[in-house]
Amino acid sequence: MTALDSKARPRDFTDSYLRTAVRRMKKDKAAVAGTFIIGLLILVALAAPLLTKYDPLEQNYDELLLPPSASHPLGTDQYGRDLLTRIIYGCRYALLIGVGVVIIQFLVGVSLGLIAGYFGGSVESAIMRLTDVMLSIPSVVLAVTIAGFLGGGIQNVIIAVSAIGWRAYTRLVRAEVLAIKEKAFVEAARAIGCGHLRIILRHILPYTMGPVIAYSSLAVGISILWAAALSFLGLGAQPPTPEWGAMLADGREYMMDAWWIATFPGLAIMFTVLGFNFFGDALRNALDPKMERERR
Amino acid sequence: MGNYLLRRFILLIPVLLIVSILISSLIYFSPGDPVRVMLGLRANEEAVAKIRAELGLDKPYYIRYWKWLKNVLQGNLGRSLQRNEPVLQLIAERLPATIEMTFFALMVAVLLAIPAGVISATRANTWVDNLLSFLSLFWISMPGFWIAMIAIMLFSLKMGLLPISGRGGPLWTAEGLRYLALPGLILGIRQVAIISRLVRAGMLETLSEDYVRTARSKGLSERIVIYKHALRNAMIPTVTIFGLQIPELLSLSVIIETVFAWPGMGRMLVDAVLKRDYTLVQGIVLVYALIVILMNLIVDLLYSYIDPRIKNE
Amino acid sequence: MTALAIMRLVPPPGKIVGGEILYYQNDRIIPLHQLDPKGRKIRSIRGNEIAMIFQEPMTSFNPVFTIGHQIMETILLHQKVGKKEAQERTIEILRKVGIPMPERRIDDYPHQLSGGMCQRAMIAMALSCRPALLIADEPTTALDVTIQAQVLELMMALKEEFGTSIMIITHDLGVVAGMADEVVVMYLGHIVEKSDVRRIFHDPKHPYTQGLMQSRPSIISHTQHLKPIRGTIPEPYDIPKGCPFQPRCSMPSRRCEMEKPPLVEVERGHFVACWH
Repeated sequence: MTALDSKARPRDFTDSYLRTAVRRMKKDKAAVAGTFIIGLLILVALAAPLLTKYDPLEQNYDELLLPPSASHPLGTDQYGRDLLTRIIYGCRYALLIGVGVVIIQFLVGVSLGLIAGYFGGSVESAIMRLTDVMLSIPSVVLAVTIAGFLGGGIQNVIIAVSAIGWRAYTRLVRAEVLAIKEKAFVEAARAIGCGHLRIILRHILPYTMGPVIAYSSLAVGISILWAAALSFLGLGAQPPTPEWGAMLADGREYMMDAWWIATFPGLAIMFTVLGFNFFGDALRNALDPKMERERR
Repeated sequence: MGNYLLRRFILLIPVLLIVSILISSLIYFSPGDPVRVMLGLRANEEAVAKIRAELGLDKPYYIRYWKWLKNVLQGNLGRSLQRNEPVLQLIAERLPATIEMTFFALMVAVLLAIPAGVISATRANTWVDNLLSFLSLFWISMPGFWIAMIAIMLFSLKMGLLPISGRGGPLWTAEGLRYLALPGLILGIRQVAIISRLVRAGMLETLSEDYVRTARSKGLSERIVIYKHALRNAMIPTVTIFGLQIPELLSLSVIIETVFAWPGMGRMLVDAVLKRDYTLVQGIVLVYALIVILMNLIVDLLYSYIDPRIKNE
Repeated sequence: MTALAIMRLVPPPGKIVGGEILYYQNDRIIPLHQLDPKGRKIRSIRGNEIAMIFQEPMTSFNPVFTIGHQIMETILLHQKVGKKEAQERTIEILRKVGIPMPERRIDDYPHQLSGGMCQRAMIAMALSCRPALLIADEPTTALDVTIQAQVLELMMALKEEFGTSIMIITHDLGVVAGMADEVVVMYLGHIVEKSDVRRIFHDPKHPYTQGLMQSRPSIISHTQHLKPIRGTIPEPYDIPKGCPFQPRCSMPSRRCEMEKPPLVEVERGHFVACWH
């Protein structure tokens, strides 16, 4: 086998693989719904100032706790801020947190998984023991502790939530690497003298990406949920940031008088997470033909 | 069996050790100062320094950790920095409430998830199955604390059926159950959404096994074939997942406890973190880890009970 | 598949498309093909009057229950006996199928038994209610050759003792020669020839049966080459029109391609479905 062969193969494989996946996704109603929701979120986040005439932070003491009406479709909060405006700007934070967390988890988790799976031996067992230990601390307990001690703020929320999810990537990638490490094209690459880094990045990494990408979509949703929970507990985004979890924390005190503050940000979270879950589930089924058959 | 248990208990020690090192380094290297929280922002520097010295907070990291570890080995988790009570005592007061709520939730999860999963599997891809799978996807997409808020609004504030928050007494009293109902159900139903999907997958696999055909060929009724012969086998992979769901359950319980002002460990943890009560946080995290590990052990034992092929190894 | 249809256990999406299954129960004819497959009537027949043993003894027992439990379950279901008597009967039947120390074996799980022992236990379970008919679906395929002979011998012996008819499904011509009285040859789900065992072996009429006989090794003459039937079994979506065997037949004609031949009696008790 020549170098050309071993290089060309993963690309062909990935191409037809992705094309099949896209074809399957188009037929799946949940996938279409997920794609639509995610697209809408990105659009709203980008065009936020164009969609509303109010400011998300400016307080207006003439319009406190107004119920939904024509001028304020979702009502106002205890400082007279338009709730719809705040929810629209909240999209930015949700996406920022979700994507930020997944990028960090991806980098940390995938690297550790690749190293563990590829090198094996004591390196592998050290990494896997570490993930086991992390598994024994309930994720919110860990996130609360990290976010609390680092102090609030979006940045620290991203760090805290990242810390609890990376191990899923590690386990996933390690399993994939173990499955393909001994395949002929990897052996061939080794035989023609490719370095470890080159083998890992060019020959192994592309093969592990299918399940990892599908999981990432689910992970964005999960991360948004956890981040909202931290903000709700007062350990995340601080007021007056229009972050959905923090807004719900505000609404908690006005549940009796102003149900809308405690309701609409929650619905926003739900639809966002639902979108990423739909998309991630459909992607997983599309990329994994075995799962597909099981569902039939 | 005794040997196996002993080995598992010995393996527990390094895990707890690493957990404690992780948490104590996190505490040490993060900003913030418990003494300033105690004395307020305007406290003078001298007083702050004096108290720091008294509490040993001015010592380097490894000395502090070593001292803490020595105490722990003697069964002493130290004193809470803010409340000046023994950490162990504080935890002992709160632990029953947390265990009670998670146990209740686990029972709800098991009792609802298994029938739901079996129904989904035996009617795979019918409208019942699709509805259940859609509902569970919906349910896990909602933040738990938000569901809790909506439930309080509806059942407690609007209808006045159930108390808003707090704990009414032990699980076995009527008053205790009334207080536990909302938080316990909300915590449990979330697990139903996850576990029922797994039971469904497990059942779909076992229903096509040869022994299920054998059971039918003996003339057994469909109910016995499914709930006795198929389910017992489908539970084997599912039980492993139960083990993995326990930390998830405890996770969400931290949030639910806070929403419902439930006097458990989770609420105390959030409180202690906000007040930078180092010793208390360290103690609570350690106890959480211990619960998870012990529950995993129980799940492993359950596993070998369900699957006779493992027992003899 | 035919066997599963008799038991009304055809797995979905398969279904019975035509034909009749008639079962004589105390001078009454029960049309099994009309019964509700999950209903009470068919369940009282399954395991009790018609029992079945399968190809893979190891996977046909439920791995999480003991052998004894699974046999007792059948007895308790169909016979009006108590737990204690059911257990005694279980031990007795296990002894009859030649399992040593049955008092202890009843507490064993399937994975603790060898394949041959498992199939014996399977036979024990099938015979535990003294059924009128035992359907054996390739009962020896998964077993070692030496064990095969023992299991077949056992089935023959028990047939006499219990007065049970045996319907055996197999592709092993040796098993047919050794076990059968009446033989039905099927190809692609259709009956192509039906007769007593002697005539099937010595005077096969259908080209498929003839092909089968020529493709088996003979001890008497070493000079003859084995003659395989040409071609392969078609895919399910590619079933030929007319006679199902026609594409592989040694003497196909126009008519074979157009029309499916009916099963006709060519001599007393000898039925063949062929135009020639």
